[in-house]
Amino acid sequence: MSKLENNQARTIDRVNATLNQRYGRERRFRRFGFFAVLLGLTFVGLMFLSIIGKGYSAFQQTRLLLDIEYTESVIDPSGERDPAVLSSANYAGLIKSTLRARYPEVKARKEKRELYGIVSNGASLVLRERVMANPDLIGSSEQLWLPADDDIDMLIKGHIDRSVPESERRIKDNVLAWIETLEADHKIEKFFNLTFLTGGDSREPELAGIGGAVMGSLYTLIVTLLLSFPIGVASAVYLEEFAPRNRWTDLVEVNINNLAAVPSIVFGLLGLAVFINFFGLPRSAPLVGGMVLTLMTLPTIIIASRAALKAVPPSIREAALGVGASKMQTVFHHVLPLAMPGMLTGTIIGMAQALGETAPLLMIGMVAFIVDIPGSAMDPSTVLPVQIFLWADSPERAFMEKTSAAIMVLLGFLIVMNVLAVILRKRFERRW
Amino acid sequence: MSNTLLIIILLGLMGLAYRLGVRRSQKLVGGPGGVRGLHSLPSYYGFFTALWCGLPALLVLLLWVSLQGGVIRDLVVSDLPEAVRALPEAQLGLVINDIQNLAQGNIVSGEVSPEMERASEHYKSLQQTSYAALFVVVLSLAIAGLSLGWKLISPTYRARNRVESAIKWLLVGCSTIAIFTTLGIVLSVLFESIRFFQIIPVSEFLFGLEWSPQMAIREDQVGSSGAFGVIPLFVGTLLIALIAMLVAVPIGLMSAIYLSEYAGSRFRAYAKPLLEILAGIPTVVYGFFAALTVAPFIRNNGELLGLDVSSESALAAGLVMGIMIIPFISSLSDDVINAVPQTMRDASLGIGATHSETVKKVILPAALPGIVGGILLAVSRAIGETMIVVMAAGLSANLTANPLQSVTTVTVQIVTLLVGDQEFDSPKTLAAFALGLLLFVVTLILNVVALRVVRKYREAYE
Repeated sequence: MSKLENNQARTIDRVNATLNQRYGRERRFRRFGFFAVLLGLTFVGLMFLSIIGKGYSAFQQTRLLLDIEYTESVIDPSGERDPAVLSSANYAGLIKSTLRARYPEVKARKEKRELYGIVSNGASLVLRERVMANPDLIGSSEQLWLPADDDIDMLIKGHIDRSVPESERRIKDNVLAWIETLEADHKIEKFFNLTFLTGGDSREPELAGIGGAVMGSLYTLIVTLLLSFPIGVASAVYLEEFAPRNRWTDLVEVNINNLAAVPSIVFGLLGLAVFINFFGLPRSAPLVGGMVLTLMTLPTIIIASRAALKAVPPSIREAALGVGASKMQTVFHHVLPLAMPGMLTGTIIGMAQALGETAPLLMIGMVAFIVDIPGSAMDPSTVLPVQIFLWADSPERAFMEKTSAAIMVLLGFLIVMNVLAVILRKRFERRW
Repeated sequence: MSNTLLIIILLGLMGLAYRLGVRRSQKLVGGPGGVRGLHSLPSYYGFFTALWCGLPALLVLLLWVSLQGGVIRDLVVSDLPEAVRALPEAQLGLVINDIQNLAQGNIVSGEVSPEMERASEHYKSLQQTSYAALFVVVLSLAIAGLSLGWKLISPTYRARNRVESAIKWLLVGCSTIAIFTTLGIVLSVLFESIRFFQIIPVSEFLFGLEWSPQMAIREDQVGSSGAFGVIPLFVGTLLIALIAMLVAVPIGLMSAIYLSEYAGSRFRAYAKPLLEILAGIPTVVYGFFAALTVAPFIRNNGELLGLDVSSESALAAGLVMGIMIIPFISSLSDDVINAVPQTMRDASLGIGATHSETVKKVILPAALPGIVGGILLAVSRAIGETMIVVMAAGLSANLTANPLQSVTTVTVQIVTLLVGDQEFDSPKTLAAFALGLLLFVVTLILNVVALRVVRKYREAYE
């Protein structure tokens, strides 16, 4: 008896001896886990901060207030107001003469060129549009806010440090002096940048916009949605409700699961070899992009749709069959409507994936420099992520800001889509 | 554009066919009151007629449109003068392109000869004839189908069964698209790869230690012989994937353990979706982050430590790729950890193990196969990931294991070889497809193994 007590005492001693150590390990393990979660969250925060910090300023554009005189002898010497003459007139000359009038001390040729460079190349287009819309302006004069060059834009937004020596700065001292006089006169201001949201791509950062890319993405997504939703739902319905369990069905299932994990760039190779080289469809077209993305998102949609169909309880089917509906009527009249919210959620998530996809679209030529805003699914165009990729490669400081802002827009779309999916799920999900 | 019009007309006809079918079925049994006398509901007779009207016509339309281009091209070519027809394939293609552009009123490269003028007229007239014929054939087929379907309707006709079997075949067709996609991938990649391996031997491709895919235009050019050895690319890919895994596996696994075993439900409810944001961010954004934030950061800090860091270091790309894969690992591990039966936890805790001991000694060993499967899937993703490495990794193929140097990967090379001008007979372009084949095979093997492991594991506890 005493021996047993002795033994027990020894066991409890042994446990107690290491207990503190074990608790220490427990605490460390727990802290390590917490630290891992925190690190993950830090990455999320860091990424958003870095992108928003770089990009928010692109939603503003620096403009200069200039007194423009619409000299008749420059715009329309003949006085006939012929649209062809008006459209090809030398509007840049008007801006140049305004600048010369403001800074009469500038004489040297090189200095003059620097002076003209503070206004964007796109400013003359603004003048042209105004005159074309209202030829009565000719002969009058007005004060007009015109977009500044991207270097000036960067300077005003504080991305160029004024205190560093001239040789290390993109903006020379004389230009800086002009800008400072403009600032003193409050003739240089930041405005909301509509060009960025509506314009097409451009080599000039201050004129570049994501309008073309957004339209391209829209057309591509429409094609993807129109193809992948019906096909995905139909495949899911067949596999879940009608398919006999045999080798063929197994093969299809294994295939779908594998396709979900095939690298996206391989789909791009498929699109290049089959849609473009074999069927001769146009390169760079949203139609082809949409078809490639359809193949890519189909597995996602099929898997989500099958899960939604599986969640509909068999009692629904049995009740429908019991009152005499055919198998097809049961599925289309009763099961499918109940599974629809789940299917739509899966489709939205698939579309969000497709919206962010870049690599396969590079393969089918959607990386071209395209200024025009596409008008249909057959026009050459680019998409938002590819535009981000293209801009990220540009050396100008101003394009970095544009890239970050384009990312903000893309993430905005993605967040809206995902929130929509969550709402849909919360709203219509039924637990049976 | 005229195809769109045709399809709209066809849809209109199908609508009409539906109405006619419904009307006729009701009339045959004496008005809507006599529906009991029909085998199927009237709407099925409508659908039946509409299908007869639309399906054959649509099939012919599809076939016609897909064949039209080739046939017209052949006809135009056969009408060209002998001298032009004798041109090599590539040049002939250019001539035909010019003719097509001329016919569409676009800008033409080079000057326009009278023969070209004539050929383009010919092209235009052929196209117009083809469209007219298509119109007539499709519409008459639609009307013939409509009347046939209409004729077939009788009260005892099993319209519902017919319509349902048509729908079922449609469903079967849709479900086979997955097969066709896989087949398409394999065939397209394999076909071009075989052409590549006719120029470059397989052994040289698989075991070569040098990769420089420049092919000379002239024989005497410097560096005229391209080297197509895939080993440096593969080493680069694996190096970046390894760095990514070193980041993602500990963080992903530990956060999954913490969130499922330790965290309170409120913390979990916020932290989990926040972590999953990482999974929804497009890869191009990670690429931008890697190239413009992480890479300069690593380089500047490396310089402070006196290290020579490339501005396109494998470390930056791998690190960011790891961040991308964290949610992938954590959600897969979360699933398998939650699938471990509660009884095992209770038993372990009941005999006095601490929580961490339970996790380390009971839960992790039980969940190990599933976690390994998940990690394999993640490796396959890391190998196939494109945008991060295209934007943040280098282009030069260095055979090195130093994460501070610049390496290139299989996907980067596919993109650089295929973006821009392509000619489909140069080994440079074909090499991209050979790399694609390699990538496909490697990821396929990883996926099959991983899916099998995961499935087997799941069965063990169900």
